[in-house]
Amino acid sequence: MNVVVCVKLVPDPDSVGQLDATTHRLRRDLAEPVLDPGDEFGVEAGLRLVEAHGGEVRVVSMGPERALDAVRKALAMGAARGVLVTDDDLGGSDALTTAKVLAAAIGREPFDVVITATESTDGYTGIVPQALAELLDVPAVTFATGVVSDGTALTVTRQTESGSETILAGLPCVLSVTAGVNEPRYPSLRGIMGAKSKPMDRWTLADLGLGGVGGAGAGQTVVSVTTSEERRAGEVVTDDGDGAHRIVLLLARARVI
Amino acid sequence: MALGTVWVFAELSQDRAATGALELLTKARSLGAADVEAVCFGPGAGDAVAELGRHGATTVRLSTDPAFAELLLGGPAADTLAAAVAEHRPDLILFAATHTGRDVAGRLAAKLDVPVIANGLDIEAGEAITVTTAIFGATQVVRTEFGARRPALALFRPKSFPAAVAPGAVAPRVVEVPAVIRECHRRARVVDRSVEIAAGPKLEEAEVVVSGGRGIQNAGNFELLREVAELLHGAVGASRAVVDAGWVPYSLQVGQTGKTVKPAVYIACGISGAMQHTVGMRGAQKIVAINKDPQAPIFKLADLGIVGDALIVLRQLRDELRSRPG
Repeated sequence: MNVVVCVKLVPDPDSVGQLDATTHRLRRDLAEPVLDPGDEFGVEAGLRLVEAHGGEVRVVSMGPERALDAVRKALAMGAARGVLVTDDDLGGSDALTTAKVLAAAIGREPFDVVITATESTDGYTGIVPQALAELLDVPAVTFATGVVSDGTALTVTRQTESGSETILAGLPCVLSVTAGVNEPRYPSLRGIMGAKSKPMDRWTLADLGLGGVGGAGAGQTVVSVTTSEERRAGEVVTDDGDGAHRIVLLLARARVI
Repeated sequence: MALGTVWVFAELSQDRAATGALELLTKARSLGAADVEAVCFGPGAGDAVAELGRHGATTVRLSTDPAFAELLLGGPAADTLAAAVAEHRPDLILFAATHTGRDVAGRLAAKLDVPVIANGLDIEAGEAITVTTAIFGATQVVRTEFGARRPALALFRPKSFPAAVAPGAVAPRVVEVPAVIRECHRRARVVDRSVEIAAGPKLEEAEVVVSGGRGIQNAGNFELLREVAELLHGAVGASRAVVDAGWVPYSLQVGQTGKTVKPAVYIACGISGAMQHTVGMRGAQKIVAINKDPQAPIFKLADLGIVGDALIVLRQLRDELRSRPG
């Protein structure tokens, strides 16, 4: 089974994000960049598929040069090889541009399953997996909470607005996974060492035959960024056994009891 | 440039128009568009027509093809919409930012090569179409203008707009849309579907929400939250972490990828306050937070913060509420 996993380097989600005041782009210099924690579940799901059915996991990413770190972590977990699409023209790319670039990089080789997270932790538009599937002309099974395969199709449990669904999906397809889908493995020391010698490609937009798709080509323009009205922190007290009573008083003042 | 026709992609929820569609129609009426229409796909689409009309759709374009229920909706819906767009040329299509809304809008944007803005909170149409979004846990507000390509696609978070019946609405015109079902989409079939039915008030409508995160420790302890919520005639919510862990169903999730709630009182129990969560609850009138970690970001939003073990405080709260007269 040929599995492609899309990964992204994001600012550490535990730090507070900020946009650059003049360029209106995400400031990536403020927080330590990491492999998007949501992507670890995708890598794990891909590894389990190839462990059961053979084949290999190829990792694809788009981002600045530093995004090689995200690809390397996926290789350390067990993926076979990686590719990073990096190009100065890609700064400020929107979701559709991201999907076009990923689709071009993925489509260079045959694939059975393309796995993504449901959304990135920094941009969280949540529409890249579907746009990618459209460009690759395959179904998108999104919000997966469980995946099993017999090698020729996937049986996927997915979240819906009102409950859950089971989907039987033939291959090839795009699969987006939630963080509950599995327990991602930690890279072993051997994995980390071995990752350094695994094949890793770097492609530019020209290599993919894509021109003018970057930030400047985006069909939308940020016109303003303002700080929203802050909620003010109220009273913070250490529970000395009267915490519950304080809550009751607040509930009574709010007239809900 | 005057705004031409606006479409609202109307999802069905148990054969009724989903609330999100009614919210979007209400907003669409205020944009000064030449016309407001709804598009609805599914075997039950006919049953939603009257409700869509009451909320301002002058035309409902629908397909009742059974494939829309038997297959994953995203691919066939995007293909069918794309064909209808080519014929009728709407300027703007509004979607609810639900799982299905994302599945359809994401594909349609790629198919038509038109811009799409996700996670919208507000929209204005003047010289340009401008969508407001909030980022970083709603601490910053971004306004984004669409370029000239049409149709522009935008997804809006639930509860961004109130749903209201249009005064003087007449029964809408109903137009059948030919379903476009390509062979590749027949490969992804729905083989089972289950609906979670929650007791008590709906999470989005409850006056009090008692929400749990990792600090609740395990699925079994959610029973305590249910007891407290029931005593307050409220609903139980959850952070994404515990939904992903499988402790509670997705329908309880509050936050960026879950529900937006604006209750009178929100009680966050063992929730650290990641941006993913706070974007869905910061509109509450009063916020109570209980967390062991005095540094937890949730305390920055809380009207009352209690540093302590959420389970101990909740047990005491349950007991005190039970002992109250009446």
